[in-house]
Amino acid sequence: MATVRIPSPLRKYTGGQAKITVPGATVGEVVQNLVQTYPGMQSRLQDDAGEIKRFINIFVNENEIRSLQGADSPVAETDEISIVPAMAGGK
Amino acid sequence: MTYVSVQRLLAEAKKEINEISVHQLKDALTRVEDLVLIDIRELDEWEQGSLDEAFFLPRGNLEFGIENIVMERDTPIALMCAGGVRSIFAAKSLQDMGYTNVASVAGGFNGWKNAGYPFSVPRSLTAEQRSRYARHTIMPEVGEAGQLKLLDAKVLLIGAGGLGSPAAIYLAAAGVGTIGLVDFDVVDTSNLQRQIIHRLDAVGKPKVQSAADTIARLNPDVRVVGHQTQITSENAFDLIEQYDIVLNGSDNFPTRYLVNDACVLLGKPLVDASIFRFDGSVTVYDTAAGSPCYRCQYPDPPPPGDVPSCAEGGVLGVLPGIIGSLQAVEAIKLIVGIGTPLTGRVLQYDALEAEFREFRIHKNPDCPVCGEHPTVTQLIDYQEFCGIPHPNGNVPEPAL
Repeated sequence: MATVRIPSPLRKYTGGQAKITVPGATVGEVVQNLVQTYPGMQSRLQDDAGEIKRFINIFVNENEIRSLQGADSPVAETDEISIVPAMAGGK
Repeated sequence: MTYVSVQRLLAEAKKEINEISVHQLKDALTRVEDLVLIDIRELDEWEQGSLDEAFFLPRGNLEFGIENIVMERDTPIALMCAGGVRSIFAAKSLQDMGYTNVASVAGGFNGWKNAGYPFSVPRSLTAEQRSRYARHTIMPEVGEAGQLKLLDAKVLLIGAGGLGSPAAIYLAAAGVGTIGLVDFDVVDTSNLQRQIIHRLDAVGKPKVQSAADTIARLNPDVRVVGHQTQITSENAFDLIEQYDIVLNGSDNFPTRYLVNDACVLLGKPLVDASIFRFDGSVTVYDTAAGSPCYRCQYPDPPPPGDVPSCAEGGVLGVLPGIIGSLQAVEAIKLIVGIGTPLTGRVLQYDALEAEFREFRIHKNPDCPVCGEHPTVTQLIDYQEFCGIPHPNGNVPEPAL
């Protein structure tokens, strides 16, 4: 199963876990399985239509999924998926 | 022991070496492609004027330094001093080292100048600056030329807070000649946990003033320009236009989209970073050099309240110290023109896991501001773009 990295602001929905293994053959499936296991994540990651929010970057290893095949991007067992939401903080 | 007069020594040396006139030098500089001209005068003479083509290597360092400039023993070398005497002895010495194609310029720099040939007065560091920046200039990647670039550079920092503090301090210490600071805020006690440019005695003072005071005590070479205002669509172009590079340390999405769009439209590199709780992120957007921009990475802003601010969610005090310092490194690299800039890549730091990771970001051909058919060609209303109601409207509660 691929490993999903949870950014620190969202770890409160995963019981503090920073890395979670989640089944799924595509990014879309992995995200769907993730939000089913951790329902608090759903409104953080997906919009009402179930699409990944556009201010959240999801990377398969080092590549952003918009440069791959979006939610259909394939995920291998050894892949690492990183969720990186936009942050505004600077002060 | 036999005594040899300098005249005799000179006459002996002259027999063994080749001399060329300043006119022959002029001709050779245009004709002989690999000719290396070395000015062997002392620093105070060099500073009065020299040829643009000349390497500066004083006579006293000639034997030690020549191999750093000329490796091949058969490279044509012309040696120049002030009047053409010291260069004769210098030529003899290089021949003794095995250099086979050395000439001394008869008449030297004075002869060149009197013939009406072009020269310039090179810019150089002052004695005080040589000492202050010695650890920079000793590195060939920076050198005196790189340090002069830093002294000439103008960098604008959006925000004199968490990220702006370490960035401003390191850029000032590095000798960046002009540092602009945009911040309308005053120093508050709750800033001191991370905004290290401000001190307890500055609480209540404007941040730009407090930062300027700290920098003045650090490095008198730096001119600080305080812009005690909020950057807006009305003033962004006027502010950014005056600078070479922008560092983003703002704390809200409307400002981030505004600064991005203004930098894209003006063709200025933007060293962008953001922090939240234990996470930091840094990247360089330089669309004039073909890189993606902030909108390529994040096409839409989050709805208001969807992503909490540091005031709401907190931030580890040292985190901006790491990320703001990385911004300063990237700015210095861009100014000096060394290394590989952090463009098209995001460096992400997770302090809790003690991990740095690098991600690739790609240019979006449909990007509304830097794409192939841009629709944003001037600055817009970024409060509205980010869905933030105007002052008399209702601001939604942040969801934590």
